[in-house]
Amino acid sequence: MSARNRELLALVPASLLLTAGFAAIFIQESEVLSDVSLTYGAIFLGLCFAGHLFLRFTLPDADPYMFPLTAVLACFGLVVIYRIDEELAREQAQWFVLGLGLFAATILLVRDLRVLERYRYTIALAGLVLLFLPRVPGIGQQVNGAYLGVGIGPISFQPAEFSKIAIIIFLASYLRDTRQVLVQGSRRFLGVTIPPLKHFGPLLVVWGAAMLMLVFIRDLGSSLMYFGGFLALLYVATNRLSFVTIGLVLFGLGAWFMASTVSHVQDRVDIWLDPFNPRWVEKEGYQIAQSLFAQADGGLFGTGLGASLLRGPNGESLIPAPHTDLIYAVITSELGLVGACGLILVYMMLAERGFRTAMLASDSFSKLLAAGLSAVFALQVFVIVGGVTRVIPLTGVTLPFVSYGGSSILANFVLLALLLLVSDRARRPARGAAGRRGLR
Amino acid sequence: MNKPVVRLFALVIVLFGVLVAFTSRWTVFEAEALRDNPNNRRLLFEEQLIKRGIIRAADGQVLAGNRPLPGERFERRYPTGELFSHPVGYTSLERGRIGLEEFYNDPLTGRRNDAIGALERLLGPQKVGDDLRTTLSTRAQQAAYDGLGGRNGAVVALDVKSGAVRVMAATPTFDPTDPANADTFNRATQSLLAPGSTMKVVTAAAALDSGRFTPNSTVDGSNGKAISGTPLENFGGEDFGQVDLTTALTNSINTAWASVGEALGKETMGEYLRKFGFYEDPPMDYPDDQMVPSGEYGPRGRLLSPTSDQVDVGRMAIGQDKLQVTPLQMATVAQTVANGGVRMEPRLVEKVVDPDGRTIDEPLPEEAERVMSRESADQLALMMRNVVEQGTGTAAQLEGVDVSGKTGTAEVGDGTDNLWFIGFTGRFAVAAMLERQTGGTGGGNAAPIAAQVLQALGE
Repeated sequence: MSARNRELLALVPASLLLTAGFAAIFIQESEVLSDVSLTYGAIFLGLCFAGHLFLRFTLPDADPYMFPLTAVLACFGLVVIYRIDEELAREQAQWFVLGLGLFAATILLVRDLRVLERYRYTIALAGLVLLFLPRVPGIGQQVNGAYLGVGIGPISFQPAEFSKIAIIIFLASYLRDTRQVLVQGSRRFLGVTIPPLKHFGPLLVVWGAAMLMLVFIRDLGSSLMYFGGFLALLYVATNRLSFVTIGLVLFGLGAWFMASTVSHVQDRVDIWLDPFNPRWVEKEGYQIAQSLFAQADGGLFGTGLGASLLRGPNGESLIPAPHTDLIYAVITSELGLVGACGLILVYMMLAERGFRTAMLASDSFSKLLAAGLSAVFALQVFVIVGGVTRVIPLTGVTLPFVSYGGSSILANFVLLALLLLVSDRARRPARGAAGRRGLR
Repeated sequence: MNKPVVRLFALVIVLFGVLVAFTSRWTVFEAEALRDNPNNRRLLFEEQLIKRGIIRAADGQVLAGNRPLPGERFERRYPTGELFSHPVGYTSLERGRIGLEEFYNDPLTGRRNDAIGALERLLGPQKVGDDLRTTLSTRAQQAAYDGLGGRNGAVVALDVKSGAVRVMAATPTFDPTDPANADTFNRATQSLLAPGSTMKVVTAAAALDSGRFTPNSTVDGSNGKAISGTPLENFGGEDFGQVDLTTALTNSINTAWASVGEALGKETMGEYLRKFGFYEDPPMDYPDDQMVPSGEYGPRGRLLSPTSDQVDVGRMAIGQDKLQVTPLQMATVAQTVANGGVRMEPRLVEKVVDPDGRTIDEPLPEEAERVMSRESADQLALMMRNVVEQGTGTAAQLEGVDVSGKTGTAEVGDGTDNLWFIGFTGRFAVAAMLERQTGGTGGGNAAPIAAQVLQALGE
């Protein structure tokens, strides 16, 4: 079966899941099954089919499972957001249409990935500017003490979602050029491989940027995500564990320093370590405490879609920010450990397709790009789910394709488009003398 | 460059594994602790959305029902108010739950811990709980409170054959709709008092069933006899001389029974105490923290082994010194004798009924233990009938039905007495207790209450 036919077939479960999910919520809320649920399912199926047709014509050899896996995540998110707020779900659906548009535009505009390499410094600058935009007076927005949003008039978006892609593109391109030098120019000192300072300079800049992020954006989670993505790329490019170790030590030192001096970060860490402390359990710690309570409510199989308690009798929120930060807690509460594991499994499969693409890619830039994008995608999942489950301090990043939010949807569709572009080139069968198949 | 990519993916798998592990931690392993966390109000709010099961008396009278609140929520109402507040308890957002509301909270909220329950949870939460049909009698409960007349005390009545609790009354009682100001101390299950001469029933059971005595054995009932080195007085200082065991019970002769206790020894007495259910929480369907075990208590409120050096076995045999018991325990003693020596587990709930009217659970009856042979029990019952017919318990007599019993007047030490009566007919066993009364006797004050309750039960 051709890749595209497999993709078409794989879209069926996504549509079934969506229809079943909506049906469950309708039954829960009105005790009758209305045909609206079927309409939603049909529209979504239509959108998926359109996306599929587009890929059939533009990227016929691209990985057949990435798009359906994304569709599963997207429809899953849509169902959960619909259960939280009907109006938000409608907006989210519109973001999906826009996201698919941007997805198509990316594929059409970046037909050749080398275009990206040519503009790497522009892209890097754009990424950094986007990153620090939320601190610009007048348009920056502070949420829960962290600067992650930008508001211009009625439009508000989270630029960090886009800058993560820009930074990965830059790093992939930069490391493609310098990886040999970084490895060969290294000296061994006290048993540790030290890279040449000249080429390591720009990488120290990235470390500095991650530290600055902690100071300016005040968000441990997103700086962990960026720096983690950077270290992943560095490791893939050089295959030197010592670089990663040095990086981790540097980040650890920086984070420790921040946690002990910047009061906002310090508070976050204190709340993380002891969420039920009476001093903050009803204030700053409310979110994580309620998240854990909601998950405990879910148990093994959950309370059922639409059955979990979001608000108390007096209208107080029992799961703050249920459609964004804490959407994973809502999912765990309603679908239990089983449902949550299913969701993580889908993310893992998507990451697997991404890393497989990296392995299949024949040129270094594509390889690094695919590995970097997959790593940063997986790290984003880890940062937000880890925050909600108290593995790390809770921070405000979105759950890709599931959380409500235009910026997140749009950015992640661009990420998907880039991965599919790499994949299409890597999996293209040998044609004539130009045939190049890196792997069997 | 493929090897690092594989390792990177391996790291992602590890990280996601950590996420799964932590999700399991909160949803399964530490879920119980999180639900009990005082900051967690979810459960209480969720339970407000559930229409709790209705608790009814044996005659169908609603003891706990529901009143609708705005927002599809419900609030508990207790139509019988203070009459049944001790057995039924309350459920409150602020104060939690006690009584049957606590013990049967799972069925009352529709939670079933089996495979079908898990399946139903998948389809959405159970919004209607299961009903409880208790064994409690409205008429007899009222008769008990009438008899207590506001004095501190308690009455417990049990079905002889099944152990079903027909009456559980304790004064003071409380308003279940105002838990914040409620004194919920249940004198039927929580008060520890010297049982006085009612304890001679236990001593007599040990004496007869161990084969060391018969109802006709001769014992010494002289006044002022030395027991454990200290002279013991009979009630009113009366000297009975040599008497048989039946007479010793009929006239409640302290010195005679104390000598029986000494003759039997701590080992035998302790064995029968345990058989009667002393030294453990009563096996009743009621919260453990609202029941206490009966037995010998040391100076710091700790249970003493019956064979401990500190135990004065002679005085224990007549229900004095360090022996402390609950009215529920003494009702069980009467029930055991009446039931041919077989102790039954007390039960408050007869059956659990689901919203469709199907019976889900019938907790009755459960045999706890055979305490003594049928022969010993019958001999003892006959001796106790003598007490009511011609001894200290004549106030418990009822027309047309044989009543057996034993009175008790236990000195507290500050001039007041605890007044006791335990007794039974063929169908019901009862224990009545009045706490720290000035003047009066078990036979004169507690026995009439028992008679009224037995009458209200249909005897």
